[in-house]
Amino acid sequence: MVENRPVLRFFQHLILIVGVIIVAFPLYVTFVASTLTYDQIVTVPMPLLPGDQLWANYSQVLTAGSQKGSSAPVSAMLVNSFIVAIGVALGKISISIISAFAIVYFRFPGRTFFFWMIFVTLMLPIEVRIIPTFKVASDLGLLDSYAGLTLPLIASATATFLFRQFFLTIPDELAEAARIDGAGPLRFFWDVVVPLSKTNMAALFVILFIHGWNQYLWPLLITGQESMYTVVIGIKRMIAGGDASNEWNLIMATAILALLPPALVVVLMQKWFVKGLVDTEK
Amino acid sequence: MADIKLSGVRKTYANKVQVIHGVDVAIADGEFIVIVGPSGCGKSTLLRMIAGLEPITEGEIAIGGKRVNNVEPKDRNIAMVFQNYALYPHMTVYDNMAYGLRIRSLSKADIETRVQRAAKILELGPLLQRKPRELSGGQRQRVAMGRAIVREPAAFLFDEPLSNLDAKLRVQMRLEIQKLHRELRTTSIFVTHDQVEAMTLADRMIVMNAGVVEQIGRPIEVYENPASLFVAGFIGSPAMNFIPGQRSGDDVEVGEGVRVPLPAELRAAAPQAITVGVRPEHFVASGGGGPVFKLKVDTVEALGADSMLHCAFGGASLVVRVDGHATPEPGSPVPVSAMAGKLYFFDSTSGRRLRP
Repeated sequence: MVENRPVLRFFQHLILIVGVIIVAFPLYVTFVASTLTYDQIVTVPMPLLPGDQLWANYSQVLTAGSQKGSSAPVSAMLVNSFIVAIGVALGKISISIISAFAIVYFRFPGRTFFFWMIFVTLMLPIEVRIIPTFKVASDLGLLDSYAGLTLPLIASATATFLFRQFFLTIPDELAEAARIDGAGPLRFFWDVVVPLSKTNMAALFVILFIHGWNQYLWPLLITGQESMYTVVIGIKRMIAGGDASNEWNLIMATAILALLPPALVVVLMQKWFVKGLVDTEK
Repeated sequence: MADIKLSGVRKTYANKVQVIHGVDVAIADGEFIVIVGPSGCGKSTLLRMIAGLEPITEGEIAIGGKRVNNVEPKDRNIAMVFQNYALYPHMTVYDNMAYGLRIRSLSKADIETRVQRAAKILELGPLLQRKPRELSGGQRQRVAMGRAIVREPAAFLFDEPLSNLDAKLRVQMRLEIQKLHRELRTTSIFVTHDQVEAMTLADRMIVMNAGVVEQIGRPIEVYENPASLFVAGFIGSPAMNFIPGQRSGDDVEVGEGVRVPLPAELRAAAPQAITVGVRPEHFVASGGGGPVFKLKVDTVEALGADSMLHCAFGGASLVVRVDGHATPEPGSPVPVSAMAGKLYFFDSTSGRRLRP
């Protein structure tokens, strides 16, 4: 808008502020609930100002878990979630950058066919193939293991496709110059393609880390022992039954804890993330 | 340093389209060869075949007496400069030049000397730590040449290296390339579509059209003795004038009642349809003998030192170059004739120059 009218400005701000409140209010309530005692939460209406149980609630979930639902400490779950998210993100990036490199830079029989095979899997949501995947994972003895939590999630058509599109924008002459310089395919990959993909990799890492962190259905299936729970599953397991039997203050504290790492990743990597999405420097 | 020999080189793509129809040329050690032709004539493909980036369908390419048909580009001992420079964007100027040497595992000290020497020749010294994106087009071009120089190759291959530069810079870089070749004396093959670059840079030029070599020769030879209509029209600016005519006895009837006498030595083999060619700079005010073309000026391009007169003659338009001070007005009549011995005769059907 080029116009600068006070009334218009007022409404612009009003709409934005209302929007922020709508988004932020549930988060605020979650935070408030995580600082109250169980009894305070179940009173109607629930207080909307933070209580004095912050330290007690958080230290309890981090070290001991809840008493009524799952009793595993959330700190261990956070570690699990972290391992899974990092594993999925790095695994996906490495696998897909290699497959995209193969598809773009090598001529082999069935190249287009394989590309389309990968592309077609984009159309199948995880729920469709979850039963066979579970069967395979269980036959391989991957239940209740980090390998079982990460491996089946690593193959990624989306990331492969993104890298392929990026590689196609790298001028052919660059590959030819490297060939004349004497760089074989692997050297070209390490010395030219990977450095050029850095910003793309960073952007993908942010997306994939959050994707891995927020995984629900797959960890729910593959983990039985409390020691292998991810934090998202931990929250679910804490909700044991009807409203009255849940320690909502502890669940809310866990929810806040589960929310922090992805938020941190986004905040810390924001610059790279935006650069990766908009940068066209080649 | 090495000579390069192409014998019967052909290129056919997988879809059966033949783009190079048999090229034979021997390039001497230290020679500067320019391959010139319109876009799509196969000149870049030919260069890429010499570089090893494009497989050779038929024939043989030898560098330094060694057949290289199945040799990888890196082992052909050549260096190539690309039209879009193809610098590694994430590496500094220094690393761009040093990259190939590092792969060859030269010693650090050796790399340092070579890069510094190339930087000195190309005046890149202060730019060594910059990234390509911080350089201007001309500087990037120089880095690309530096990357070729440090390799100390048997031959430089240039693929339209000046096409991405603006006109002024192009002239400057052309002179620099000339100077560089004088200093290094490395066999060079330079591909361009610009006949001015070809004329000024080449020791010998190869004029290509539609995958066929039309003529090979020193620039001035090609200019003075074009082998075909195509070469005559392509080399020289503005282009040679062509006037289609019919043979009638010992003359060529070119319209408007003008008869151009056919030189005695050409009469025996001359066909019926003949095209007469005259360069704009070879027209003189009539009176010197020979047939007179009575032209009427259509438009005038005054370039300062000289002027180009675009004149109507028969159905064709002829260009006449005159001195910049004696420029006639549009609409005025200019009777001109061609300088003695500066008329060219071509077979209209085959396009070949008529030779005794």
